[in-house]
Amino acid sequence: MKLFELRRPADPLEAIRDVLSPGARFIAGGTTMVDLMRLDVERPDVLVDLNHLGLTDIERTADGGVRLGAMTRNADVAHHPWIVAEYPVLSQALLSGASAQLRNAATTGGNVLQRTRCIYFRDVHAACNKRIPGSGCPALDGYHRNLAVLGTSANCIATNPSDMNVALISLDAIVSLRSSEGDRDVAFAEFHREPGDTPECETVLRPGELIAAISLPVARPHARSYYLKLRDRASYEFALASTAVVMSFEDGTMRDVRLALGGVATRPWPAAQAARLLEGRSPEPKLFRDAAELALLGAIGRPENRFKIELVKRCIVSALAHVTLAEFL
Amino acid sequence: MSTIGQPVDRVDGSLKVTGAATYAADCRLTNMLYGVPVGSTIAAGELLSLDLSAARATPGVVEIFHHDNFEKLREAPSTGMPDGPDPIVDERRPPLSDTKIRYYGQYIALVVAETFEAASEGAMLVRATYRPTDPATPLGGEPTGPPREENARGDVDSAFAAAPVRIDAVYETPVETHNPIELHATVAAWADGRVTLYETTQAVVNHRRVLSVMLGVPTSHVRVISHFLGSGFGGKLWPWPQSPLAAAAARTLQRPVKVVVTRPMMFQNVGHRPYTHQRVRIAAERDGTIVALDHDSYNTTSILDDYEESCGEGTPSFYGAPNLRVRSALRRRHTGTPTAMRGPGAVPGLFATESATNELADALQIDPVQLRIQNEPEHDLSLKVPFSSRHYVECLTLGAQRFGWQNRSAEIGSMRAEDQTILGWGVAGASWIAERFAADVSIELRDDDSAEIRCATQDIGTGTYTMLAQIAAHELAIPLERVHVTLGDTDLPPGPISGGSMVTASIIPAIVRAARSAREQLARNGGSKATGHGSSPATFGEEHPTVSRHSYGAHFVEIGWQPQLGRLRVRRIVTVIDAGRIINPKTARNQIAGAMVMGVGMALLEETIYDSRTLEPLNRNLADYKVATNADVPAMDVTFLDYPDTHVNELGARGVGEIGLAGVAAAIAAAAHHATGVRVRALPITIEKLLL
Repeated sequence: MKLFELRRPADPLEAIRDVLSPGARFIAGGTTMVDLMRLDVERPDVLVDLNHLGLTDIERTADGGVRLGAMTRNADVAHHPWIVAEYPVLSQALLSGASAQLRNAATTGGNVLQRTRCIYFRDVHAACNKRIPGSGCPALDGYHRNLAVLGTSANCIATNPSDMNVALISLDAIVSLRSSEGDRDVAFAEFHREPGDTPECETVLRPGELIAAISLPVARPHARSYYLKLRDRASYEFALASTAVVMSFEDGTMRDVRLALGGVATRPWPAAQAARLLEGRSPEPKLFRDAAELALLGAIGRPENRFKIELVKRCIVSALAHVTLAEFL
Repeated sequence: MSTIGQPVDRVDGSLKVTGAATYAADCRLTNMLYGVPVGSTIAAGELLSLDLSAARATPGVVEIFHHDNFEKLREAPSTGMPDGPDPIVDERRPPLSDTKIRYYGQYIALVVAETFEAASEGAMLVRATYRPTDPATPLGGEPTGPPREENARGDVDSAFAAAPVRIDAVYETPVETHNPIELHATVAAWADGRVTLYETTQAVVNHRRVLSVMLGVPTSHVRVISHFLGSGFGGKLWPWPQSPLAAAAARTLQRPVKVVVTRPMMFQNVGHRPYTHQRVRIAAERDGTIVALDHDSYNTTSILDDYEESCGEGTPSFYGAPNLRVRSALRRRHTGTPTAMRGPGAVPGLFATESATNELADALQIDPVQLRIQNEPEHDLSLKVPFSSRHYVECLTLGAQRFGWQNRSAEIGSMRAEDQTILGWGVAGASWIAERFAADVSIELRDDDSAEIRCATQDIGTGTYTMLAQIAAHELAIPLERVHVTLGDTDLPPGPISGGSMVTASIIPAIVRAARSAREQLARNGGSKATGHGSSPATFGEEHPTVSRHSYGAHFVEIGWQPQLGRLRVRRIVTVIDAGRIINPKTARNQIAGAMVMGVGMALLEETIYDSRTLEPLNRNLADYKVATNADVPAMDVTFLDYPDTHVNELGARGVGEIGLAGVAAAIAAAAHHATGVRVRALPITIEKLLL
């Protein structure tokens, strides 16, 4: 690991100033950053430590929603009584990821920016358009079982690995950003970008911007939610396919449906069209399957990850059935 | 009361849970330097040049060794006999001895620095230029060399052709990596032309032999210490290049040097279980009598070394097929050299033969337990000698009873759990060699009824300290607490390798003799203490054995299959083991249960994945190489039959470990087929193979 300078700014504005110096990067929980530094993928000259700056509150917003400070730990959010009771999809998504030790260290803001597990991205001796723009993508014809079938480009098929991000899309979360230019809010569904021709640009974050908080709008009446994650083993593994479902379910009718997918897309993936298909309808197997088919329209499978197209369809159907307590499966 | 057969707690348990047990990488010596190897980033070709300028400029870097400035080490011969007097090493080529690259990650330099951090940074800054050649060798296809006939009886081709019910199928097991939690590590320190190596090795005695040859010093000038191991699973049986690297660097620099292999290097530089390709032809009469069994396999090996997996090791003696043939061959690839991994040969071999046996049962429409019982041989048909002690049929019948096998409905997908999960049931048998290696032991007995037992064997985490204390206490008739056990040091009487589940069997005769001698001397000569010596002769490799010695077992597996989730999980395993007398049922159960969990990983998860273009091992970390987690561990029921096998030693104990893994994957594959109707013959059984 390269020698680096560790800066401990006194407040968020100083942190924002520090991170604009050459070769500077933020460090929060460190579960991604330190890992990538050990692999030589990240070689910062300066690490700007965001710990001890506050940003650790979980508080009510004016409209009755919840605001999560960027430095709240994944474990604290997952076990917080408001989250467990009002946003179970978020608690479930967090607890399905990583291990207890990692969740104790990882932060909300850091999880938003979690990097892909694409093997070639993490191997500095391999080409990778995300790491070295223009160098090529060995995953296209190489190992890609864990990579994306949605939102891919000819330059990159790397999966966004976060479970939390999928839940946040389904909850219509808002990202609050802070910089020396001022503060701004971005809808979570607009925060991550598809790789296109610039796989190195993963989000709309600008240089010197700091994630300050994530806000969750107030949970709707009769809201139900569920996160379903499918993988090879029962724990400590990134999703092969996952689905977050949020909806109001009353008198057998589905309303305000939100559907998001993980493990299969280059970014946390909103399945908005599929959600609209369900709007105002009653649960039935064919409808769920139709929604799943719609969600995967345009998916591009490759030899090793083609099975994930079918797997995530089953994941969607099962998650919908679970939320609506459908007995037909 | 004797502690033999009692579930005694580990005598070293408190040292381990408090962190007081010191492992090789814990060793810190005064003035010590840290070495970090640099691995090649191609699998085949020529190293053209090294740019060391940036690495040398890293503060703290002391020296960078490479092929031009590293001392020429000698190549140790390898006889392949774990009990012979000659050194054994699977990767024979000394590190940094030429510029040819034969596998991805092959060490091309060693950066030595005042701190680990500086050495790591220096290693990252070494820039190599190569002339690569195409390393790609697809799996499958033909072996590189001719097949070797390992065993034959009758006329297998004619018998197979004439039989009414036949199975002819190819089974494959992938490259697997041992992944003990403790990384391979060496700390080397020289004084007066003698070197002490703090190692993590399953064989201190062999390690000394190999390093003495490679370093060109007498064996008496090499001391190897390995007091505790964080397991090895066979990966630490024979020395790997980090050890001579550390030793030679320490000699040149005249300061102690520590080299700890990184987790990615664990997938490249310290052995693996090779890919195996096994064609099994098995045929029977309609009444279920097996008439022919042909086991034809090859495994991959490296460019320079011939590692033979011996998949058919247990095949000739397992069932009573009158016509049988076992052949094996090798296929070279640009990978690191394979090595023994838990249950070498038998574990991949039994996946194939026991899977084929299950397929045969299905084809015959005979219960697979019944088919096995029906083909129980009366003696070893290959060696033409009686079995020393064989209770395989009882393993099957007792296991079936404990599992509830009588409630099985044979039709595919016909069984359900309460929550409608589809259940699949499967069975497979297990066998594993039960031999003795040579062992010397000394026991110092004192007149206060305390004793110290000394032996240059090792405890790889299985409970050897505890088991030896129990045996010595029993033989000396003194309390267990009065016995101190000293292991893992070549200054002690030469002991066996910690391999093949054979330490227990090997060491008992030596302890019996040493205890008797110490007791007699103390009685005869008086005084405050006496030292008795004892030796166990080897049975391993005997040319004309008079009995056939194996351990046996049977596994019964229930899996749950939820097709709507593409989710297959093992729910419970019932295992019955016939391993002679059990010295300590607590540590023994620990061994078997751990092996069963490893079987779950082998069946469903484990595979070292190589880039098919570059032969770079890709998933070289514990997130991407999947072993079973706690959440994957099923309900496990372990029973020992506990019949003493006095052909093996005075106490009748054969030892356990590998027998718990052998056969598990075949039972899981059979259960998966029972639930899904899909016959997976290439491990691991992943979701995509079931989503049809």
